[in-house]
Amino acid sequence: MPLLDIQDLTVRFDTGEGTVHAVNGVTYSLEEGETLGVVGESGSGKSVHVLSLLGLIPRPPGRIAGGRALFRGRDLLAMSEPELRAIRGAEIGIIFQDPMTALNPVLRVSTQIVEALVCHRRMSRAAALRRAVELLDLVGIPEPHRRVTQYPHEFSGGMRQRVMIAIGIACEPKLLIADEPTTALDVTVQAQVLELMRDLKKRLGMAMIWITHDMGVVAGIADTVQVMYGGRIQERGPTRAVFHDTRSAYTWGLLRSLPDHGQAPEPDAEGRRPRLLQIGGQPPDLFQTPKGDPFAPRNPWATERCQQEVPPLVQAPGGAPGHMVAAWYDLRAAKEKAA
Amino acid sequence: MSSTGTPLLAVEGLTRDFVTRRGLFGQPVQVMRAVDNVAFDIQAGETLGLVGESGSGKSTTGRMVLRLDDPSAGSIRFEGQDITRLGGAGLAAVRRRMQVVFQDPYSSLNPRMRVGESVGEPLRTHGLVAGKGEQRDRVAALFTQVGLDPRFMDRFPHQFSGGQRQRIGIARAIALGPKLIVADEPITALDVSIQAQIINLFLDLQEQMGMAYLFIAHDLGMVRYLCHRVAVMLRGRIVEMGPTAQVFGDPRHPYTRALLSAAPIPDPDRELQRQRIAYEIVPPPPGAVMQEVTQGHWVMAA
Repeated sequence: MPLLDIQDLTVRFDTGEGTVHAVNGVTYSLEEGETLGVVGESGSGKSVHVLSLLGLIPRPPGRIAGGRALFRGRDLLAMSEPELRAIRGAEIGIIFQDPMTALNPVLRVSTQIVEALVCHRRMSRAAALRRAVELLDLVGIPEPHRRVTQYPHEFSGGMRQRVMIAIGIACEPKLLIADEPTTALDVTVQAQVLELMRDLKKRLGMAMIWITHDMGVVAGIADTVQVMYGGRIQERGPTRAVFHDTRSAYTWGLLRSLPDHGQAPEPDAEGRRPRLLQIGGQPPDLFQTPKGDPFAPRNPWATERCQQEVPPLVQAPGGAPGHMVAAWYDLRAAKEKAA
Repeated sequence: MSSTGTPLLAVEGLTRDFVTRRGLFGQPVQVMRAVDNVAFDIQAGETLGLVGESGSGKSTTGRMVLRLDDPSAGSIRFEGQDITRLGGAGLAAVRRRMQVVFQDPYSSLNPRMRVGESVGEPLRTHGLVAGKGEQRDRVAALFTQVGLDPRFMDRFPHQFSGGQRQRIGIARAIALGPKLIVADEPITALDVSIQAQIINLFLDLQEQMGMAYLFIAHDLGMVRYLCHRVAVMLRGRIVEMGPTAQVFGDPRHPYTRALLSAAPIPDPDRELQRQRIAYEIVPPPPGAVMQEVTQGHWVMAA
């Protein structure tokens, strides 16, 4: 039995201007200890689909319009708020992008970690405080004995994110959900946090869903990559397969639009500098019910069928096991033809 | 510190102090030096990238160049003219030739004004269009130039996506045919698939109009793509500056090395091989000077 098994998850937001089709039939499963990197842009549904599992989208305007999500065999979508509260922070830990909004600014760090342990783990306060110090040490905060009694504002951005991680893993969750946890950090601090997470994953053996827009970040942390667009999964599979045997035109466009870190672009004979390969067009309008493949309007290889009918997510022909793609077109054939 | 001719922009000894605490009688008790003795040139048609982490002083430097913030010391020369203390009509004249593109175009566009009016506003203010008809024609041409459908002129800012709003911001910035554009993190808030579009637009416009850019950013990959030269800032100082290929290919300052080695690579094989160079940030020593290691490549002694 997988740790998490999501079937046909559909999330809508009813707003004054119409219904936002935020998540449209998302199906996947996550094994114990697996790290899933979910990549997408704003409006892709990458964050909303996970937050909706945990009862963390405002309802209304949000509403779960369909599907089920079995976590260790129990449907999260059918749970009451008290049941979800017992799971959040205990069996499922969460780290957000902005620790300043997620941490309580008027409580000492020790209080915030101790509360979680006393509440979910039924530890004594003294034992919980000892554990809090251990946790700060584990996430690489110097002088944990002294710093545990400080308030969130007394920590720098990177250290504050480490405090969030310490709270996220305090109850040794089976699953840690990280929503853009390094996006607001400077690149050198991000590198340290990524190293810390790789190390913690190895030591604690937890599964992780890492939500990001950064293909570089998932390249270094994920076992499985899932690319989302317009509230749907466009492609998912083992990380190397998705990067090196890309099957979705959207994934391919994302990877090609990034500057190559290994090479400097050379100007041509007239001194004209090369352009980045760009994905044309604009992100999808989520107010419209997508009739076909949501990426079709921006996809140079889209077929007539892509405009009319939503492609199912299926095993990529000749690809690695578990490498799935939702496409009516054949990207490999199209690229060969172009070459 | 640069190569030939009178530079378009020459900044020397630029310093900005912020008073972080005042005493009982308002006298400064604690001063934070955000920008410390910064010097650089930009030639006409050239792009200088200014990189560094949050709090390194790169945005404050950009704001002083634009004269949106007043330096505590140092000088700014633009087209040979000292503009450090310029005000009134003199400053207004300079602003025709020096424009800005912000990170979030939404906050810099009037939400109640039709975007065509926002783009045409500088033309009107500077008396460069005779009437409404001429203004609309000029704005339509600007829209086309930045890749926007001129039929969108009568819409309001909230009706556009982030990438389109940034195009509107750029159209407004190029309306007066400036010689220099200061772009402060112009792609940071945009989706990945839109970032490349905007970088390409910057390259196109530079080829068409010959503008120089001061491009402030933290995305090193994009800086490498767009910029002729790059300056690395650390705690208010420039610690390394030179041709982009030199700085990226042969970084000399330990902080530059740490910064370059920290950027994740979008390729699992290379990313897992990447060796990160750690650097315990030490503020540059107060008297440290820049030394030229190869032609045009300057490094501060660590």
